[in-house]
Amino acid sequence: MSDRHSPQILTPRMWLTAFMGITRREALRFVNQRGRFLAALVRPLVWLFIFAAGFRAVLGLSITPPYQTYVLYEVYVTPGLCAMIQLFNGMQSSLSMVYDRETGAMRTLLVSPFPRWFLLGSKLVAGVIVSIIQVYVFLAIAWFWGVDPPLFGYITVLPALVLSGLMLGAMGLFLSSAIRQLENFAGVMNFVIFPMFFASSALYPLWRMAESSTLLHDICAANPFTHAVELIRFALYGQINPLSLAAVTGCLILFFAGAVFMYDPSKGLWARRKGGA
Amino acid sequence: MGAALEIDHVSHSFGGFQALSDVSLSVPRGSFTALLGVNGAGKTTLFSLITRLYNNTSGRISVAGHDLRRQPGAALARLGVVFQSRALDADLTVAQNLTYHAALHGIPRRQALIRAAEVLAQVGLSDRLHARVSALSGGQSRRAEIARALIHRPEILLLDEPTVGLDVKSRAEVVALTRDLTAQGVSALWATHILDEIRPEDGLVILHQGRVLADGTAARIGGGDLTRRFLDLTGDAA
Repeated sequence: MSDRHSPQILTPRMWLTAFMGITRREALRFVNQRGRFLAALVRPLVWLFIFAAGFRAVLGLSITPPYQTYVLYEVYVTPGLCAMIQLFNGMQSSLSMVYDRETGAMRTLLVSPFPRWFLLGSKLVAGVIVSIIQVYVFLAIAWFWGVDPPLFGYITVLPALVLSGLMLGAMGLFLSSAIRQLENFAGVMNFVIFPMFFASSALYPLWRMAESSTLLHDICAANPFTHAVELIRFALYGQINPLSLAAVTGCLILFFAGAVFMYDPSKGLWARRKGGA
Repeated sequence: MGAALEIDHVSHSFGGFQALSDVSLSVPRGSFTALLGVNGAGKTTLFSLITRLYNNTSGRISVAGHDLRRQPGAALARLGVVFQSRALDADLTVAQNLTYHAALHGIPRRQALIRAAEVLAQVGLSDRLHARVSALSGGQSRRAEIARALIHRPEILLLDEPTVGLDVKSRAEVVALTRDLTAQGVSALWATHILDEIRPEDGLVILHQGRVLADGTAARIGGGDLTRRFLDLTGDAA
């Protein structure tokens, strides 16, 4: 075999090639799993078409920023459903990480000469790209349902979607490092996804929650998912919510650092795991 | 020129369980070295340390002269690994899997496709480039795994019980293929618990309960009856 020797230094082009390769694989997996795309789309659409229609009459909404007038419940709930797509996508990525670890495919990724933070980061970004495509398809369908934010909102929401997608994906990545078996994933659904979604501003404004319980309001206000929703909500109307921006960015750093720590061979649970990756 | 792989006084434990104790071995360049041990001997743990899935905190592991702790990127770039469990994505084609693996070593797609055709020819799977992995037989799948491990042109191949679950014919093919590769200059560390996969001229390391019990050529260690010798050694150690 000639020319066997691998290069000693990883050039910028090699980093880009690795990133593109990881992204391409995620895209191929996504395309091959059409059911996953449909499920990701049907879930928020059911909420929009059925839940929102039913609750429109029950839940009164006052004028709260970024809205400058009374809005239909469908309009209010749409940013929350965008974040829900990203939350489920993050968990789906987490599930596929655990699955890859059980089957052995994860080892292929981790024995690459690139540093682990880069490999995990690339996988995270690839997942976010997929989730953003899903969100835009959802927003396009919602437009036909009368949810029509200003046109520039479709552009200004993009950075918010990138940030919230990264934060929720990093959370999934962090969780995946702690889940030992695929069977434990149902627990994550019950103890992470549902509480995060329902204890947030996705379905009802926080002031409504405060009317029922101050403690519940405070929990919702501290929920990172609430800030992802609010970041998207404001961005969809061309505005920035500084508190949500700071909270989402902070959580992203925290979750990603946690995931890198946990996947480090010398630290975290990974180091104590017997029987392989 | 040093060895393709050198392991020097490496130990590893999981909590209170000592999985490896003071393991030292060397794989000369272009050699076929068998790592023989029963299930639970510590072969997979040792492979996990060499591939940096676990961190080695004691001793030294060096791949083609590159210290795994100090130069992990350079060391891993020279390793090709065939894991015991399936590492190919069954939903993707062989070409998609190989180009993905090449990308993980920074090899651009166009170059990766050329190399994929080359390595598949080497393992006798030229006609399966665009087949889905799920459509491959067990033997073809293992050979595709070897092709995956070869695509970045490693200096040493680690094969962790690669014939597990294969029928006799496929097993013979995979062993023969690996020997062909060593004849071409690739070094191989072949973990196994099957004695008839080992030839007298092969390098042999017997690992049992995390300790190296014997290290040399199979002919020297076996002395004409490797099975008897292996049972004597592991029986005494048990």
